[in-house]
Amino acid sequence: MNSIHQLAGQAREVMRRDTTWPFLIPRRRMVDVSKDIILYLEDLNVSFDGFRALNNLNLYVNDGELRCLIGANGAGKTTLMDVITGKTRCDSGSAWFGQNIDLLAHDEAEIAQLGIGRKFQKPTVFEAHTVFHNLELSLRCGKGVWRALTARLSGSERDRIDEVLSIIGLESSRHQLAGALSHGQKQWLEIGMLLAAEPRLLLVDEPVAGMTAEEAERTAELLTSLAGKHTVIVVEHDMEFVRSIARTVTVLHQGSVLAEGTMDQVQNNRDVVEVYLGEGA
Amino acid sequence: MNTLSALRSFGQWFAEFRQPGRGSSWLVGILLLVTLTMSAANLLLPADSPLYVSTYTITLMGKYLCFAMLAMAVDIIWGYCGILSLGHGAFFALGGYGMGMYLMRQIGDRGVYGNADLPDFMVFLNWQELPWFWFGMDQFWFAVLMALLVPGLLAFGFGWLAFRSRVTGVYLSIMTQALTYALMLAFFRNEMGFGGNNGLTDFKDILGFDLQADGTRVALLLATTLLLVLAFLSSRAIVQSRLGRVIVAVRDAEARARFLGYRTEHYKVWLFVYSALIAAVAGMLYVPQVGIINPGEFSPLNSIEVVVWVAVGGRGTLYGAIVGALLVNYAKTRFTALMPDAWLFALGALFVIVTVYLPRGLAGIFERFAVGMRREKHGEKSWRENSGQLSAGEVSA
Repeated sequence: MNSIHQLAGQAREVMRRDTTWPFLIPRRRMVDVSKDIILYLEDLNVSFDGFRALNNLNLYVNDGELRCLIGANGAGKTTLMDVITGKTRCDSGSAWFGQNIDLLAHDEAEIAQLGIGRKFQKPTVFEAHTVFHNLELSLRCGKGVWRALTARLSGSERDRIDEVLSIIGLESSRHQLAGALSHGQKQWLEIGMLLAAEPRLLLVDEPVAGMTAEEAERTAELLTSLAGKHTVIVVEHDMEFVRSIARTVTVLHQGSVLAEGTMDQVQNNRDVVEVYLGEGA
Repeated sequence: MNTLSALRSFGQWFAEFRQPGRGSSWLVGILLLVTLTMSAANLLLPADSPLYVSTYTITLMGKYLCFAMLAMAVDIIWGYCGILSLGHGAFFALGGYGMGMYLMRQIGDRGVYGNADLPDFMVFLNWQELPWFWFGMDQFWFAVLMALLVPGLLAFGFGWLAFRSRVTGVYLSIMTQALTYALMLAFFRNEMGFGGNNGLTDFKDILGFDLQADGTRVALLLATTLLLVLAFLSSRAIVQSRLGRVIVAVRDAEARARFLGYRTEHYKVWLFVYSALIAAVAGMLYVPQVGIINPGEFSPLNSIEVVVWVAVGGRGTLYGAIVGALLVNYAKTRFTALMPDAWLFALGALFVIVTVYLPRGLAGIFERFAVGMRREKHGEKSWRENSGQLSAGEVSA
């Protein structure tokens, strides 16, 4: 008798009219940012062989914000990016993209299609392809095998590529092989590839590493112009650069957030001075 | 002077090969022309004519073209996607076994034991009835279907497991090598029901045509050429589509492709299956022409040789794989006739020389030649302009 009740209870639970069966929920949904926060990271823990790369990390990022993450080597910046983009599985905690998408339930390719773009620390472009084809491959469209075989470039996609080319200032080298670009141009091309994908959230890892001062300045302009339409999270070591673009800075230390605020607030924070800026000062 | 200009025009002709569309059409044209001429010379000319092409040569050419198809299959996966498969001989041999089983059943009661129901080797082993996996193999369409399905499924299963677990590089190569080695050991066993050590041989006819007849041989050569051309054209369509660009992207920066939203493992699996199917077709065409299939075809060494052909021809270019396979195999035929024992050394030396001095193979030489020609042309033009008037560059400077 009892078990029948249990079964009935389970059946009722399965057939509830106010929920949808998990397999019926579409995998690709628009992100819901009605509360103005696009990224919720709560109590994230990641450890590699006993080393705690992330330690109860909590971080919220507003929609359309330009956020800088700083921290010494090993503070967990890149691990954090890996968790957001699905490369690394976290041990515990939760990561939500908007209010409706659980990032931990998706893998890299799905997360990319949901609208999170990532630039690597080392500029990574498809060297054997031209700049144009690099951007073509990054366009937001079906990424399946069959779709790729039958894909033809539409007029609007062509326009989108031209638009991105002008944003990153590589119009003149559109038919050049990406492998022949200079280091700084590769960095821009990679940012352009992210833009072509029209992401909601851009994760940019050390965009000015190896750039000249002039190039870094142009990159700063580019990133600030992107904020608003996109949400941008920048990881950078170069304090000068961070000062020039940042509105809000988050300082990571040993896998958790040490301080958060404007650049001035952060620089005057005693903990930060002690563990990070203090070393240099 | 005359020879120099002849050389130059020769170079220009080679340079045509580099143009994606036209160059490969050249190759297709040459292949068709050569095989058609050979066929006509074999069938129409009397045997004592100086232009007569012997049936032996026809069969040899057919064999080379099968190898060229196999090399192309390896090139698609290695040159374009960076997956070094050292086990493609397995798919080739499986396709060959499929065709071999059909040919075996076609023998009927003309075998040594005159048993219409069982192939000779089964009678010899005292088997009473046909194993289940031999059923239906007396139908050509079914045998062809199986010869495609079995390698295709094997490639799918292997690729699915390997690429999903993100096995790459040397580890993957070793696994493919192990795959073909394991299949070789399995097929050597008599209990497997594929003729064991001796394999399948003593074929009589295919689709009712006598396999020894000149006409059948020529038809097989033409069928091989046609299928090679078809495989070449479809592969070219693939590598020139966006799919091809994604594949090259996976080769050069897999992580980047993945973070752009491509499921790279799906791309790799399907390309691997496509490549395995081409290898299987090559195996199917190979067996009726050489008249035997045995477990030696699974030998890891064979698969490695294919990689050498591709490396010599130039990986990452479809025509390079074909040219490489044809040249190395021709050299092998010649060399083994002269000094049978030295061939393996020659092959090893060839591989070393190619990797050290010609990292992009013969195709790389063509390309350098083509670039040189183009530069020379431009150089001449600017010289002419300079003699007449100032060039645009000098004016602006």
